[in-house]
Amino acid sequence: MFWNALTLQLGYNATLVTIGATLLGIAAGVTGTFLYLRKRALVSDAISHATLPGVGIAFMLMVLLGGDGRALPGLLLGAAVSSWIGLLCVSWLTRFTRLSEDAAIGAVLSVFFGFGIVLLTVIQTMGAGRAAGLEGFLLGSTAGMLFNDALVIAGGGALTLLAVVILRRPMTLLAFDPEYAASRGVNVGRMDLAIMALALAVTVIGLKVVGLILIVAMLIIPPVTARFWTERTDHMILISGLCGGLAAWIGAAMSAVAPAMPTGPIIVLSSFALFVLSLLLAPNRGVLAVYLRHVRFQRRVHMRQGLLALAQGQPIYEGFTLRLLQRAGLAQADGVATDAGRARAAKALRDEKRWELVRADQAFESAAALYDGLRDIETVLTGDQISEIDQRIGGPQGVTS
Amino acid sequence: MSLELAANMGAAPKAEIPADSPLAIRGMTVSYGQKPVVFSVDMTVTEGSMTAIIGPNGAGKSTLLKAALGIVQPLAGQALVYGKPLKASRHRIAYVPQRASVDWDFPTRVIDVVLMGLYRELGLLRRIHPHHIEKARACLERVGMTDFADRQIGQLSGGQQQRVFLARALAQEADLYLLDEPFAGVDAATEKAIIDVLKSLRSEGKTVVAVHHDLTTVRSYFDRVFLINTRKMAEGTVDEAFTPEHLNQTYGGRLATGQIDQLELAG
Repeated sequence: MFWNALTLQLGYNATLVTIGATLLGIAAGVTGTFLYLRKRALVSDAISHATLPGVGIAFMLMVLLGGDGRALPGLLLGAAVSSWIGLLCVSWLTRFTRLSEDAAIGAVLSVFFGFGIVLLTVIQTMGAGRAAGLEGFLLGSTAGMLFNDALVIAGGGALTLLAVVILRRPMTLLAFDPEYAASRGVNVGRMDLAIMALALAVTVIGLKVVGLILIVAMLIIPPVTARFWTERTDHMILISGLCGGLAAWIGAAMSAVAPAMPTGPIIVLSSFALFVLSLLLAPNRGVLAVYLRHVRFQRRVHMRQGLLALAQGQPIYEGFTLRLLQRAGLAQADGVATDAGRARAAKALRDEKRWELVRADQAFESAAALYDGLRDIETVLTGDQISEIDQRIGGPQGVTS
Repeated sequence: MSLELAANMGAAPKAEIPADSPLAIRGMTVSYGQKPVVFSVDMTVTEGSMTAIIGPNGAGKSTLLKAALGIVQPLAGQALVYGKPLKASRHRIAYVPQRASVDWDFPTRVIDVVLMGLYRELGLLRRIHPHHIEKARACLERVGMTDFADRQIGQLSGGQQQRVFLARALAQEADLYLLDEPFAGVDAATEKAIIDVLKSLRSEGKTVVAVHHDLTTVRSYFDRVFLINTRKMAEGTVDEAFTPEHLNQTYGGRLATGQIDQLELAG
């Protein structure tokens, strides 16, 4: 059953909802990348909570005008207007008062959300029954979604995606180096507003699917997941979009199978699963890779120190060092060097002397910059250079390995 | 600008603006809050010259550059680039910001940063072609950073980061180069690499203006100086304007006489 949902074989409506959610997820991941890079991720929290009063007011207006209060385009329009006002409040508070941005976000978020909840309560007492469905905007629900609703979401997601593709260069320039961007004629204020407007678009479109409380997760988790895998902005945008789309797809498919499950939380949990996998397993930046790198480095340090101690006939006090040497067959349990150990130790000591000369000589500046006390000198200098240094040191020649 | 002020500044500013000057600033005032950082400053950059902007900390050196580029909004004054307003001639300027103004953990490689210099050429939608990459590599070559093209920028030393910034500016193929403390906190090899590039730009007829801190190298690096301490203190060739008298005025006695004597010897 779940497999059928994943492969879009669960009827026309469910298929359309899944495609719409996936497009939304991709748009959210891609847009979120720029929020993250511009270090404005939290603003999206203010944006999303500020949608609620708009939803309430739009519902009331539509009922007063004699229409259906639940028409999605109208509700989304209301949400967009009120969250735009919330966004302006945040930027006004930050610019013209001494409040920092995080304080302004906290204030706007809670006040708008509180007001929205009051409105929803009023609506419930106003015309019982007809308000049913508005709570769906809190946590999202794709169950019983209409064909037209799905169309609005899919179209909105695709449009947002297109806008991001068009603006990706100026937005990247701005996020990396705002002053340079300004010197190239990018209007910094307007481009910042564009990033916010895109985040707002994703939020409003995603209200029905994920709900306003959790839409933030769709904007933030995919980019931080993507950051583990790459050092390039363009790749990060792609990976983030992929993660967002995948999570949304799984979430939508699941709630097609089990309509009682709220869609938003499922999407967020899928997204979180991808995040945890990346956190642990990503090459280079992943926790496991960092740990392994540290252990390997520690071994090299101990090995080197042990060899130098052997060469100079000093006792080895650290058990870890001794065990390493022993395992490599370079020393016996009592700390006395084996034949192989003596040869390696002599080489290590000689390398130290060579490094000393290299670091003192201006001519080897670029090589000296690589000195870390661990590297074999052959990895940095050519054979000719080494024998030239050996000439200067004097003593027995030809000790290279 | 009041007449007394103009008189205080030594040479009275000329009313007309030389149309061929790469950068002519008139009556520029910039203020953060209620305190002017740059006050009614005139500056005329000579084409094909290398000019050092000199002054104590907080004297408005960087701010003057940023105002000229429209990065900060001036309260008053204007800047003309090759005789035209900034909007019409922005493409002829390349700016090298301070290294510290950027988050170096940003997910981008050295080559990507240099490609940012081609922003105008690439526009919004054009694809990056091999010849764009070639161009970026050639700029890296000029600053001796070709080997680092694929590194993440955070793995570079401070001096290498500065050279990448310079390569990005070179990619713009501009006529006027504005640099904000290009030698701050860089190693000797980088300092040499940067000054060599700047001098080769000058020999190609380009114009260079740099905010500069190290008074001992002014004579060997630059041919003109601009002394500023909120107000303009002096402007001219190194021989005319880089004098003990002007330095004393600019730094307000913060330089010991011994230091100034040494500068004289250095020249």
